[in-house]
Amino acid sequence: MSDRLLIKGGRIVNDDQSFHADIYMEDGLIKQIGDNLIVPGGVKTIEAQGKMVIPGGIDIHTHFQMPYRGTTTVDDFTQGSKAALAGGTTMIVDHVIPEPGSSLMEAYDQWRQWADEKACCDYSLHVDITHWNDSVKQEVDNLIKEKGVNSFQVYMAYKDYYQMSNSELYEVFTFLAERGGIAQVHAENGEIIAEEQARMLQMGITGPEGHVLSRPEELEAEAVFRAITIASQTNCPLYVTRVMSKSAADIISQARKRGNVVFGEPITASLGTDGTHYWSKNWAKAASFVTSPPLSPDPTTPDYLNTLLSSGDLSVTGSAHCTFSVAQKAIGKDDFTQIPEGVNGVEERMVLIWDKAVTTGKMDENMFVAVTSTNAAKILNLYPRKGRIAVGSDADLVIWDTDSIRTITAKTHNSAAEYNVFEGMELRGAPLVVICQGKIVLEDGNLHVTSGVGRFIPCSPFPDFAYKRVKARKQLAVLRAVPRGMYDGPVSEFSMSRGGTPSASARTSPTKQPVRNLHQSGFSLAGNPAPCGPPTPDDIPIRPAGRRIVVPPGGRSNITSLS
Amino acid sequence: GAEKKKKTKQGAETLMPAFFKSMGSDSPARPRQKFCGMFCPVEGSSDSKTLDFDALSACRGRSDRRVIDRQTDISQPRKVEIRESTGKEALQNLDDKRSDRLLIKGAKIVNDDQSFCADIYMEDGVIKQIGENLIVPGGVKTIDAHGRMLMPGGIDVHTRFQMPDRGMTSADDFYQGTKAALAGGTTMIIDHVVPEPGISLISAFEQWREWADSKSCCDYSLHVDITEWHKGIQEEMETLVKDHGVNSFLVYLAYKDVFQLTDAQVYEVFSVIRDLGAIAQVHAENGDIVAEEQRRILEQGITGPEGHVLSHPEEVEAEAVNRSVTVANQTNCPLYVTKVMSKSAADVIAQARKKGTVVYGEPITASLGTDGSHYWSKNWAKAAAYVTSPPLSPDPTTPDYLNSLLSCGDLQVTGSAHCPFNTAQRAVGKDDFSLIPEGVNGTEERMSIIWDKCVVTGKMDENQFVAVTSTNAAKIFNLYPRKGRIAVGSDADLVLWDPDVTKIISAKSHNSTVEYNIFEGTEVRGGPLVVISQGKIVLEEGNLHTTEGSGRYVARKPFSDYVYKRIKARSRLAELRGVPRGLYDGPVCEVSVTPKTMTPASSAKTSPAKQPNQPVRNLHQSGFSLSGAQIDDNVPRRNTQRIVAPPGGRANITSLG
Repeated sequence: MSDRLLIKGGRIVNDDQSFHADIYMEDGLIKQIGDNLIVPGGVKTIEAQGKMVIPGGIDIHTHFQMPYRGTTTVDDFTQGSKAALAGGTTMIVDHVIPEPGSSLMEAYDQWRQWADEKACCDYSLHVDITHWNDSVKQEVDNLIKEKGVNSFQVYMAYKDYYQMSNSELYEVFTFLAERGGIAQVHAENGEIIAEEQARMLQMGITGPEGHVLSRPEELEAEAVFRAITIASQTNCPLYVTRVMSKSAADIISQARKRGNVVFGEPITASLGTDGTHYWSKNWAKAASFVTSPPLSPDPTTPDYLNTLLSSGDLSVTGSAHCTFSVAQKAIGKDDFTQIPEGVNGVEERMVLIWDKAVTTGKMDENMFVAVTSTNAAKILNLYPRKGRIAVGSDADLVIWDTDSIRTITAKTHNSAAEYNVFEGMELRGAPLVVICQGKIVLEDGNLHVTSGVGRFIPCSPFPDFAYKRVKARKQLAVLRAVPRGMYDGPVSEFSMSRGGTPSASARTSPTKQPVRNLHQSGFSLAGNPAPCGPPTPDDIPIRPAGRRIVVPPGGRSNITSLS
Repeated sequence: GAEKKKKTKQGAETLMPAFFKSMGSDSPARPRQKFCGMFCPVEGSSDSKTLDFDALSACRGRSDRRVIDRQTDISQPRKVEIRESTGKEALQNLDDKRSDRLLIKGAKIVNDDQSFCADIYMEDGVIKQIGENLIVPGGVKTIDAHGRMLMPGGIDVHTRFQMPDRGMTSADDFYQGTKAALAGGTTMIIDHVVPEPGISLISAFEQWREWADSKSCCDYSLHVDITEWHKGIQEEMETLVKDHGVNSFLVYLAYKDVFQLTDAQVYEVFSVIRDLGAIAQVHAENGDIVAEEQRRILEQGITGPEGHVLSHPEEVEAEAVNRSVTVANQTNCPLYVTKVMSKSAADVIAQARKKGTVVYGEPITASLGTDGSHYWSKNWAKAAAYVTSPPLSPDPTTPDYLNSLLSCGDLQVTGSAHCPFNTAQRAVGKDDFSLIPEGVNGTEERMSIIWDKCVVTGKMDENQFVAVTSTNAAKIFNLYPRKGRIAVGSDADLVLWDPDVTKIISAKSHNSTVEYNIFEGTEVRGGPLVVISQGKIVLEEGNLHTTEGSGRYVARKPFSDYVYKRIKARSRLAELRGVPRGLYDGPVCEVSVTPKTMTPASSAKTSPAKQPNQPVRNLHQSGFSLSGAQIDDNVPRRNTQRIVAPPGGRANITSLG
């Protein structure tokens, strides 16, 4: 297959504008854009005939080949990335999930190995932080500096397993903010879920409906709220994975209005279907919808989330593609808490958003490109290499057919799973031609994919999209003590038996340092080198993302509150 | 009927003129009345501008000359005429020096729903008659109210008198504290029992009872704080509710490693509280984040009181409020947020109420009356006097905002969280703000501050004032109508309110023992003229006549109607059902032997609310038998609260919107 490719007569759609031009690609890169391009002979030419040419989709959240209790999700990197390409997605970002207690680096290497062998399209990796201590901290540092990972997910759910305490979240966020990472959260209140699960089982509810009943959407919203609070305290950019409910989405949009740097990621499933299927009489069907946070039983949710996605309150879309066969789901046939979690969606993502948001007039094609590709590239710091059609960008393109109509069904999908959560949906819009790394991988409905051609794309820290604002705030956030004379009045006797407040956490917290005594360092009147009065910037130790300004009496400007 | 109404109306109109009747009469050219606050801050600026009340009142009824003694200076307390029985009447009461019988004539009675003019007769500490031309026994002490407002005495729902803290005790004990409360028009307080973790709730409760019974000058009741959680605590809570008249328990989301409970524990406590019919109170701050921030701030060398507010940002308060609302919704438990200190926390409460949550918010005197800019005071002792948690917000628009929400009903009750420490005690934290004992004054100032900030400014009327200072508290804590209302049969806890007296709050004149008053220099309008507690006059002409130990413990029953009517209705709706399905008989994947505790987390600690571990029940074995008895009938069910959603949508009972 020729490495040289010319698309003639297409309408190029970026997130900012659409225009007519030809595109010439060579060696997997876009070399020229314009009219009447001068190209070498023997170039394969695609006549686009006014059809839209968009940057290939980036699915920012997949779980291919994910190990689960000795089994593995049915779609491995080949199957998964094939499904992705079939749907117009030319890059995926998978989650590395180290077992709690094990090395992040080893898990990362393992995932790299799997993906390098099998992926049919470019990929990047998020790394999930499933426990927290000094060595994890060191590994996170290395992953950022040397391994091209800039996003790390923490879990607020899965009590006694992945779940992190608020203090740990604070420390992780503080550290990520220093190193330029993006903090991703799986936002659900695991403590309450555990209680509710016990209650459901006690009442004899063991089927998949128990899954959604024990994970009410309020618990998702609560966790989102808490994550935002902690991120705001630590001045760390926050990314909420899997926005599944209206109330969680509302919390994100409110926080954005208040100025928080927070991004929300609805997934194909939450944009396309709802949680009423958990009550299906067919156990296997009901179980195939099990994912966390669950799909909302409120049938107006997808429409609502599509609206917020269109208005920009939610920023990116993933699929959280993590499919299990019926036999695997049946691990939990007598106890919904044992059902492996995950739904399909990598193949359907682009089409579904087109159908739900563009054909309905909620968003235009430029916004479509933004939420399916460009914003993800910006957050991952891959822009404009990915997520844009421009000279020098990767030749990952999709020629989009706006009129094609097809029905989604497990019979024809590219996933290995027996059920498709979008079964029977008739969707308008589809990729006509998919070009990945400058090669045509989908044409005339035929996929031509090659296992192992996918490259790992390293992501660098401090993505401008998130960190420009964070940096500006950090500069403002200098705290100063009030210079006062020493208090020399009487002091009551007191017992320290009950630590009044300054809690000494039992766990060793990596960011902990000896407490500095103000009177030893801050307000000496002698000419010793200790800084006097307000410290000059040089004296200030590098702070874990301070963000507040000392308030002069009479008011302060709260930088996170723009209103 | 119509005539009576007319008369009433006239009475109301008469009120002001009659009251001011003799004002400035000793010096007609220069009225003595000096208005305060936002209306006329400049001294003397009212000269020659004040209405001639004499002229206005000349033709009205009820304006008899005896009304008030001449008022020569506004710094003098206004007077009411209290007539002791004389002559023959006195002989009938020889055995009763301080008569228990009291008649208030011509008052405008203000309840939370209406105001009307009537006389009111009390005996043995209970209101016996309300109406006109009452037939009362001879020898009754009579107060001529002359149309002034008579309200139910205030209820301060949140005090911490005599509170132990690391071997110290908060500066005002029950005597000093209740005396201050009475001086401000508050005739009942509800104090918090704070058991040290490890100490039995009952013994702590009895300790507080002992302290209060021996010292309290007004009726009181007690909240009990849950500072740890295990099986024994649940049993003690049951005992407290059933035998000791406690119907409210406070949990802490802050004070990490001391009082703080985890979310799972809070869930369990709330479940227990709901089953007992009590109110779940919450101190809402995210203790984990506060601990991290405190460490960070101290590391930066900030050790003064400003570090306290910097390490307790208001977002952290709002977060915890949001979380407790979520848990309360899940458990269908009524929630009461103590110390609402910031706009964002108040907003979260207001939003939750709009969504149907049964939640109440309690701003305190301090958050309604002042702000946190004083934490930056150069005077360490002054700055330290403001230390309380959650802290006062540095945003100076906060008090006004909270007063507005209080006025519109989004916040319902007011307390003082009165827990002052003197400067020597505060100085324990002179080198480390996190050691400063926390608490501010406010029990004496509460009613006047709210009157001044809300009623004088027109945010609320006098009825709403009564609601937020007294009635709502009585309703929530199941004291209504014994407390919180002027009605026949209610306790004779009353305040004759003077809407026009002005006073400058100062530590020099307050009844608390501490050196600093956080409202120092605030000029407030409105104050109690006469305070009646248990049918006895305890404040008149500025003089307090309190009796140590006269306060009674008021027991409170669970399942307060005001709170639990809705909770009960929701419980009834919340029947959960599984989906009847055939048995899955397809292939099942093999699972590795080490099943990770993927989700159904078993909390390591024993949690009292959890049923002893039952084997997981199989739906098909137990749930859908058509016979009457179920095999699980012996399993006590916990109250459920959700409705199974039929495909196509469900009615979320906690979300009315």
